[in-house]
Amino acid sequence: MKKIKSSFKYIFLSIVSIISIFPFIWMLISMTNKSVDVSRGSLIPGTYFLENMKNLFNSDLNFSMSLWNSGKIAIISTVLSLVVASFAGYGFEIYRNKVRDRIFNILLLSMMIPFAALMIPLFKMFSTFKFFGLNTMAAVIIPTISTAFLIFFFRQNTKSFPKDILEAGRIDGLNEIQIFTRIYVPTMKSTYAAAAIITFMSSWNNYMWPLIALQSPEKRTVPLIISTMGSSYSPDYGMIMAGIVIATLPTALVFFLMQKHFVAGMLGSVKG
Amino acid sequence: MPISKGLTYKKEAKPMKFLKKSKLSKNYDKFGWLFTIPSIVIIGSFVFYPMIQAFITSLKSGMGNNLRFVGIANYARLFTDNIFQKSVVNTLIYLVVQVPIMILLALFISVLLNDKNLKWKAFFRTAIFLPCVTSLVAYSVIFKSLFSNDGLMNKILLNLHLLNTPIEWITSPFWAKITIIIAITWRWTGYNMIFYLAGLQNIDPSIYEAAKIDGATSVKQFFSITVPLLKPIILFTTVMSTTGTLQLFDEVMNITKGGPGNATTTISQYIYNLSFKYTPNFGYAAAVSYTIVIMIVVLSLIQFKVAGDDK
Repeated sequence: MKKIKSSFKYIFLSIVSIISIFPFIWMLISMTNKSVDVSRGSLIPGTYFLENMKNLFNSDLNFSMSLWNSGKIAIISTVLSLVVASFAGYGFEIYRNKVRDRIFNILLLSMMIPFAALMIPLFKMFSTFKFFGLNTMAAVIIPTISTAFLIFFFRQNTKSFPKDILEAGRIDGLNEIQIFTRIYVPTMKSTYAAAAIITFMSSWNNYMWPLIALQSPEKRTVPLIISTMGSSYSPDYGMIMAGIVIATLPTALVFFLMQKHFVAGMLGSVKG
Repeated sequence: MPISKGLTYKKEAKPMKFLKKSKLSKNYDKFGWLFTIPSIVIIGSFVFYPMIQAFITSLKSGMGNNLRFVGIANYARLFTDNIFQKSVVNTLIYLVVQVPIMILLALFISVLLNDKNLKWKAFFRTAIFLPCVTSLVAYSVIFKSLFSNDGLMNKILLNLHLLNTPIEWITSPFWAKITIIIAITWRWTGYNMIFYLAGLQNIDPSIYEAAKIDGATSVKQFFSITVPLLKPIILFTTVMSTTGTLQLFDEVMNITKGGPGNATTTISQYIYNLSFKYTPNFGYAAAVSYTIVIMIVVLSLIQFKVAGDDK
């Protein structure tokens, strides 16, 4: 009986694992096949890889430009988000008072607000802005800089930050800003790493807001290009899979190289 | 992996003593504002202010930017709008069918993985979590190719003789919904699993041993130990999945485009269509968007209520 139970366990977990991994294998195989073979469901690697890559980078949709756009947007918004959110998490926790605690709770409410409800007013708002209006990188970045989730994440992690060090820093004559930059930031490296991973990922993969905010083709980001390729009348799946593999590489690499921080970032919101 | 570290419930720290009495406290207060103001301003201007704007817009009607005040007419129109009702029904179907399946599956997998004697545990965990690294658009396009009429999915099922005729995964109103549900489940089960695994590591194994001595079966142990102890995390993931499903957009846009004949359209997609695909009607679209807000608030409150019942 016990043996049956344990082999059931392995069989079940193996099936779930295979299902989870299979689409990845599928995209790797398909990237080397002609579109017709992908549509026919061929599981044999083909010889069309270079052709697909050539098509991808030579297509009118300008895939290389979109990589550049997405990379720029993701890096800038990650850096800005980390600065703003760690400032806030630190400020709300270290300099606690009633007013700010109340404001913090109000900010947390913003996590409940669906983006679908914000897209129309944001679209109208950015269409009136002069220098960072629609169709600019700034329009994509600005609404994503400050998320309540990230502030919450930093605040929770700040709770375990040894406060005696702050006092020691003050006695040593550091001012409040220096305490933040010279003591807090270096101590919280792993929190920053986890936060950077989740922010980079959500920016790199963001679809809805760039879809609305970016209209001219040369501004488009990777998810927009992949979506356009996938929804064309007769999609060239071999080429698209090559694009998807490239688009997935950065996040997959981060996941395998920094699994610990990756998971910590995902779990961040449960703390507290 | 030190997942357990993520789940230690920390007690609220008291404000530091020196902050209360020190003469410098006013100075510190200044820094408190300095550090927090940027985020307050940004969230205020790009979340709360647009929220108010959306409400005002929802009371107006007209094409493009030519809006005039119409009171609650937009909200009244919701009751006679077939596409809106269809999109609400579709969204609720995804919610009611997909979220429970995914959460039970994730719970079940994490209980299996929590076994100390399990071999290849790291492999299973990594494999099942892997879908989380894909972007929503990317995996949607992959699923679209796998589930096309002459695609791999049908080929496998036909070859195994589980089917006689191929299933129209994308073009039949019924199967298109199933395809969406399968896709979302694939993408998010591992994500939820990670939360439960973290929670399970905090449960003292001696509780299970005591239960075993008392003769409790594994099923009994699951329902009377695991589920109650994981309740806060289950609640958290349920609320998150509910919020996420109510906003479902990327998958439907990229797998079925809402079709066939609005059979898979979600509320978010309908808002997008109303604002950017059809002749723009921002007023009505804003009214539709407020229904999602209300649904999220109501469902979250219900879930908290249900979970908090036996406290």
